[in-house]
Amino acid sequence: MSTRIFGSGIKRREDPRLITGEARYTDDIKLPGVLHMAVVRSPYAHANIVSIDSSAAEAMDGVVAVYTSEDIGDGLAGLPTAWLIPDSDLKTPEHPALAKGKARYVGDGVAIVLADDRYRAQDAADAVVVDYEELPAVIDPEEAAGEGAPLVHDDVEGNIAFRWVMGDREASDAVFDAADVVVSERILQQRLLPTAMEPRSAMAQYNPATQELTLWCTSQNPHIHRFIISAVTGLNENKVRVIAPEVGGGFGSKIPCYPDEALVSWASIKLGVPVKWTETRSENYLITIHGRDHVQHVEMAAGNDGTLLGVRATVYAGMGGYLSTAAPGIPTILHGLLYVGPYTMGSVFCESIGVMTNGTPTDAYRGAGRPEATFLLERMVDNVAREIGMDPVEVRRKNLIPAFEDGYEVATTLIYDSGDYPAAFEKALDMAGYGDFRRQQKSAETQGRYLGIGVTAYTEMCGLGPSQVAGAVGFQGGLWESATVRVTPTGKVQALIGASPHGQGSETTLAQIIAEELGFPVDDIEVIHGDTTETPMGWGTYGSRTTPVTGAALAQASRKLKEKARVLAAHLMEANVDDIEYADGSFSVKGSPDQAQSIQDVALMAHLAWNMPEGMDPGFEESQFYDPPNFVYPFGTHIAIVEVDAETGVIDLQRYIAVDDCGPQINPEIVAGQIHGGVVQGAAQALCEGAIYSDDGQLLTGSMMDYCMPKADMFPNFELGETVTPSPHHPVGVKGVGETGTIASTPTVYNAVLDALAPLGVTQIDMPLTSAKVWSAIQDANGGGS
Amino acid sequence: MWPNKFDYVRAGSVDEALSSITDDGKFLAGGHSLLPVMKLRLDAPEQLVDIGRIPELQGISANGGLTIGAGATHDAIATSADVQAMCGALASACGQVGDQGVRNFGTIGGNIAHADPASDPPTVLVACGATVNIQGADGSRSVGAQDFFVDLFETDLKDGELITSVSLPNCSDCQCAYVKFPHPASRYAIVGVAVCLKMDGGACAQADVAVGGATVKAVKCAGAEAALAGTTLDDAALNAAAEAIKSDISDWLAGDIAYPESYRQQMAGVFLKRAVAAAQG
Repeated sequence: MSTRIFGSGIKRREDPRLITGEARYTDDIKLPGVLHMAVVRSPYAHANIVSIDSSAAEAMDGVVAVYTSEDIGDGLAGLPTAWLIPDSDLKTPEHPALAKGKARYVGDGVAIVLADDRYRAQDAADAVVVDYEELPAVIDPEEAAGEGAPLVHDDVEGNIAFRWVMGDREASDAVFDAADVVVSERILQQRLLPTAMEPRSAMAQYNPATQELTLWCTSQNPHIHRFIISAVTGLNENKVRVIAPEVGGGFGSKIPCYPDEALVSWASIKLGVPVKWTETRSENYLITIHGRDHVQHVEMAAGNDGTLLGVRATVYAGMGGYLSTAAPGIPTILHGLLYVGPYTMGSVFCESIGVMTNGTPTDAYRGAGRPEATFLLERMVDNVAREIGMDPVEVRRKNLIPAFEDGYEVATTLIYDSGDYPAAFEKALDMAGYGDFRRQQKSAETQGRYLGIGVTAYTEMCGLGPSQVAGAVGFQGGLWESATVRVTPTGKVQALIGASPHGQGSETTLAQIIAEELGFPVDDIEVIHGDTTETPMGWGTYGSRTTPVTGAALAQASRKLKEKARVLAAHLMEANVDDIEYADGSFSVKGSPDQAQSIQDVALMAHLAWNMPEGMDPGFEESQFYDPPNFVYPFGTHIAIVEVDAETGVIDLQRYIAVDDCGPQINPEIVAGQIHGGVVQGAAQALCEGAIYSDDGQLLTGSMMDYCMPKADMFPNFELGETVTPSPHHPVGVKGVGETGTIASTPTVYNAVLDALAPLGVTQIDMPLTSAKVWSAIQDANGGGS
Repeated sequence: MWPNKFDYVRAGSVDEALSSITDDGKFLAGGHSLLPVMKLRLDAPEQLVDIGRIPELQGISANGGLTIGAGATHDAIATSADVQAMCGALASACGQVGDQGVRNFGTIGGNIAHADPASDPPTVLVACGATVNIQGADGSRSVGAQDFFVDLFETDLKDGELITSVSLPNCSDCQCAYVKFPHPASRYAIVGVAVCLKMDGGACAQADVAVGGATVKAVKCAGAEAALAGTTLDDAALNAAAEAIKSDISDWLAGDIAYPESYRQQMAGVFLKRAVAAAQG
């Protein structure tokens, strides 16, 4: 038996083209006669558009047209919100592709310029004169929901787009009233800028003769983009082709369908020539969705013995100026349902209020609702520990759900698939040397050095998800995936998938699944994605779902092929099917191993169809639609060790231990890469990232000069460990791992820093924990003395 | 990303550069300060006169003191044995500008003409008593670094003038250091402190101190210098200097949304102590 390809850390086949700059992104695609689109954007967060004078711009060299909302008229329908959460009194205010009469955030599109050159388009955009009447703006979601706040949309009363409630308020109150201990905190989940390495880009080419539109764009879900572009342009869906070429990261920010994609499509239809738009990084920060933006009022109830009894929260979730594609589902379904975490806690209550503000629209950002839940939970567990004077590790250990293999229902009504939380927890503590650390910490303190440790136990729901659940929670789509495994006559494999990976390494891992199932060499398998005409329908790559859902579809399609191969091999070898044995891509007859048919031989014979068994169709290709019966629930324990320089407030992240369980690992190198990236992104929320607006709604962190992206030298080498608990419902047992790092690391690092600061009397600092804020908190705790 | 339209002239000599520049023109050297602001359309010169290949502006020479051509790159300065020997603090500061790509292109002349308050080299130039040599249509002149930096992005340079070189005294018998507290986002200095100590036995005969990053320009800190001079640089002297430096810079403080003036002012004191320790180490 050769080394199993499943579980082998082979190199990512995507990397050579990415590293050498040979990958072809949307902006790399050149079409003759293309017009470049520049967008005139509102410099005000909230303003009436009194008039637009484009005459000077239109007269400039190379300018073909300038269009406003009025010119578009009903040529483009408003952009839809596609997650209509039920029982929440949801309002979905109109989201026109260009602002109609009023701009609602800085960057809201007001007019478009089309010119023969990108520079000239920008020159002309600068020459469009817009007369604005500035209106009072509101950015903070809690303020926006308050009395007398400026109204963002006239038809969204009190700026409240929805009010979603999970759990029974009275039952929750009863638990809290009877509890020994109640701790509370106001937690700010600051706005984050997703900052994919490749900014967004879109190019549309409409062919008037065939009435077909091709849209190349930076999409995590080209089939959803096709669906929405068809809806907003009125073109039949089968006349729209959406291609996501190489996509340079998304982190959720390339899920939504934005005005820009609709505008290039409309302009290309209008003018009959290709139209291209690529955002600058400045535009990316202004207009591409932001993540998080919660103000959370959280309480946790516990017994004096450390038993966790319940959690409840009121969440004000900033939606920005419009409701983005999936926005309402993020601070609700994907948030509240995680409130139990890995604990046996019996009572949960969440009221999540979606609030329109004059900020950039928010939507799914890596983890999407689940990091915000895990943070509040883990923060409150540490608060309980402090309140009752118990070690936070002891509190967690006492409350972890014991190991289970197939189904565990929790108070949020979710049924976790499988887990062994204590095993991962103890492994991480061993790796960290928790007891030794606590001793070092004490001795360091006597020398005026402040060390801290943060321990997070987590589980999360991903592999989104059963379509029936999607429907029940108002997601305006299915959440299954489909895949075709197509073998050519010469025995090479094309795997066509509806999902659209964009940096995750799925071309490698999915090929490993097929290689494992069918015995083809992994290098003979191509995974093809990102084109609605070439690939079967799928709902996209997000929610850590491509390996769990598409991977399952591919495994099942491969198994169908394998069964066909077995029958055909038996027929070709004139043997009974029951006597056929399979090993390493070869079918042989039991007892006569010299007689064998390789999978490639069988594929060729299936294509030639010279000698098929009765009733078997020719060809060697199978498709599978796969709708998962449940989410998958990866889990683990993360630990951070930090030292805080009390003189400056600078945090040194010294060690980071991550023990994650995503079931059997298809490719440990890729799993490690996902965890590394996720941990960095999540830790950066704790340490340095945060979008800041001025009171009048100007984004003050408009570039990387001010918005602090994490850098490699801020991190130690991560210490990774694993446990392996297969998902009982998945064909190959795997769970998602794309978001676990981001979900676990923010509270881990935050709690470590606050642990370090505990001897100084600091108990709370809003994220991000910049040295200036840490230093100020130390000064304040010392009564202002330095 | 998309600069406004501009004319481009490549000059072969300083004279050609001076005669080519127009009223709305700018000199282009490494371009690592100018081009980003042009790409953001924060500046829109109608003409760029490229001085990047003028032979007279190149090179670093040591002859009693240091003369550094305005076209010398940060990397060339950081890795120059002469600079390391005669003013280690400047080599250190230039080695901390941007990243390697920036240091390979960015020049000392362009850097000081731009006068970003959070950039590293100006702080050392002010501390170490550098002279900026300038040429204009009416001839050449020299100005001390302390007077050269006037205010935020503002220098003594007049329209049409070109920096040709920077001179520094030989500081090889001093203990000098530049210590930077980098902004986590931009890696510019939240505060940068340069010290140049002339030691006489165990005592500090003379101290030169300058602060950047926390201030709108590189500021010479007379109070801190006085607190250090004549002491053995003991804790009492360091504490006094750390207090004094806060007053030295109080009229010139700068900050941003994440790291406000008050914090930077405090950190100037902390980093003064660290700079003195580095200079002595």
